[in-house]
Amino acid sequence: MHVDKDLVAASATPLVLAILAEGESYGYAILRRVEELSAGRMTWTDGMLYPLLHRLDRLGYVTSSWGAAPTGRRRKHYAVTPAGLEALAERRRQWEVVSAALGRVWQELASPADGAGGTLAGPAPAGAL
Amino acid sequence: MGAAEERTAGPVDLDGQIARWRRYVERRSAIGDADVDELEDHLRGLVDGLEASGLSDDEAFLVAVRRMGRLDDVSREFAREHADRLWKQLVLVRDEPSGPQGRRGLGVALVLAVLAGLAVKLPSLLPLDGDTLAGFYLRNTSLLVWPFLAGWFAWSRGLGVARGLRLLAPPFVLAAVLVNAYPMASDSATLVLVAIHLPVALWFAVGLAYVGGEWRSDRRRMDFVRFTGEWVVYLTLIALGGGLLVGLTGAGFEAMGMDAFPVLAEWVVPCGAAGAVLVAAWLVEAKQSVVENIAPVLTRVFTPLTTLMLLVFLVTVVVVRPGVDVERQLLILVDVMLVLVLGLVLYALSAREPADPPGAFDRLQLALVVGALAVDVLMLASMAGRIAEFGPSPNKVAAIGLNVVLLVNLARAARLALGFVRGRRAFAALERWQTDYLPVLAAWAAVVVVVLPPAFSWE
Repeated sequence: MHVDKDLVAASATPLVLAILAEGESYGYAILRRVEELSAGRMTWTDGMLYPLLHRLDRLGYVTSSWGAAPTGRRRKHYAVTPAGLEALAERRRQWEVVSAALGRVWQELASPADGAGGTLAGPAPAGAL
Repeated sequence: MGAAEERTAGPVDLDGQIARWRRYVERRSAIGDADVDELEDHLRGLVDGLEASGLSDDEAFLVAVRRMGRLDDVSREFAREHADRLWKQLVLVRDEPSGPQGRRGLGVALVLAVLAGLAVKLPSLLPLDGDTLAGFYLRNTSLLVWPFLAGWFAWSRGLGVARGLRLLAPPFVLAAVLVNAYPMASDSATLVLVAIHLPVALWFAVGLAYVGGEWRSDRRRMDFVRFTGEWVVYLTLIALGGGLLVGLTGAGFEAMGMDAFPVLAEWVVPCGAAGAVLVAAWLVEAKQSVVENIAPVLTRVFTPLTTLMLLVFLVTVVVVRPGVDVERQLLILVDVMLVLVLGLVLYALSAREPADPPGAFDRLQLALVVGALAVDVLMLASMAGRIAEFGPSPNKVAAIGLNVVLLVNLARAARLALGFVRGRRAFAALERWQTDYLPVLAAWAAVVVVVLPPAFSWE
């Protein structure tokens, strides 16, 4: 299963900010972390990460600095700023609202099976799948 | 990595392939050199990871390039974020950067320039008396020229006729109906105010076309600010050259015993000026890289000079103390000066690389804004005095209103600039404030045009 493109796009900012809140990082490592966190089910077009990082930089949510990779190549590192943490907290509250709402409605969809009228979308009985 | 093209017949090694990919990416003007470094680091990271999982060089490279995404899409995304890098190449609107469409663009711009020149000239050929004609031109000059400019943008942004008309016809038609229905005498103060403010108000309607209808986007608004600055620069250059040429031509004919000045003044100058509006706009879009290098230089030259001028002016006012009876002319001059300061601030903002950390120039600009604020407060106080003593007049209301509008803008700009210089705020906050404020400027110009004349009974 792959996560829908729009959903990936919507979660990109909080995800990147949260990963940077774990510690300074760079583009390639950020995407590997996304892969790890989603067990490979959220895929990004890798190149698209950089415009996003630059936007966060412009908004003052992250700072960037050039360093060197172990191989000696130039590498740009990103770190989250206090403003970025604030933005992350705000996004987090919003996501919690969304996920709580979804959680509730899914619970209600699931429960009528043992009550009255579980006709529409009750969970399929075991074995039917 | 050498820039020379490898000409080996056999399979190219990984470094060679990456170098080739790099050159390909470098061609995109939306992607800066540092960004290419960053992308290359990423690509190499991908290749290393894929090779570790057992792929060969070639396979790993192919998969990695694919994972990076279609270059068109990535470059478009970069363009969206770094609009300042290539705002004039219109990557967001048209994908082919400079092809045959560039030439067609010039053709369309020239045709529109000729039409604008004719539109400005034709009314004066009607059998009307001088007074009526003067009144007509005070009301309508911008209405005769701006629509062609808006039309050109609508065309070059691919807005389409229906959408373009829906977007642009209301402001222009409304303005045309209103100002021509207002019964102001051609020597009334309100008519002069309309003549000054209508072009400004409608300039924002042109902006609507410029941003291709995306007026909610703050990036596109900043593009329009940048465009306006560059356009003024080109127009000034054309005016200087044109003025010299007209003078020389006239003098040449005079030396031969013929008086060419009437023809020059009645035909060449008005038609040329109207046409120059479009040609300058085309130049900004097509030859951007020329002025792009001048813009930061110009702001760096004029910011200190303007700051100095404001300081001298402030000291003079404090020492001489003109008080309540400050000449009306002086007040209007100060208004013009403050508009200039705001223009300079906006232009400098638009020409600045947003990612740079605060520097000496930002502090200088803060000084400029603070100086302008001081002058503004001084003028407001003295104008309030004038109104209290002599009662309101259209000119005073227009001047004091403009002062308030500028005061609010400069006060907040100074606060944000201070925060930015101290490293507490992002540069984006400054940009954002100015782009958010543009509608206020437009609204004030519209209020002066629409509300003041009836409010002062066409005085």
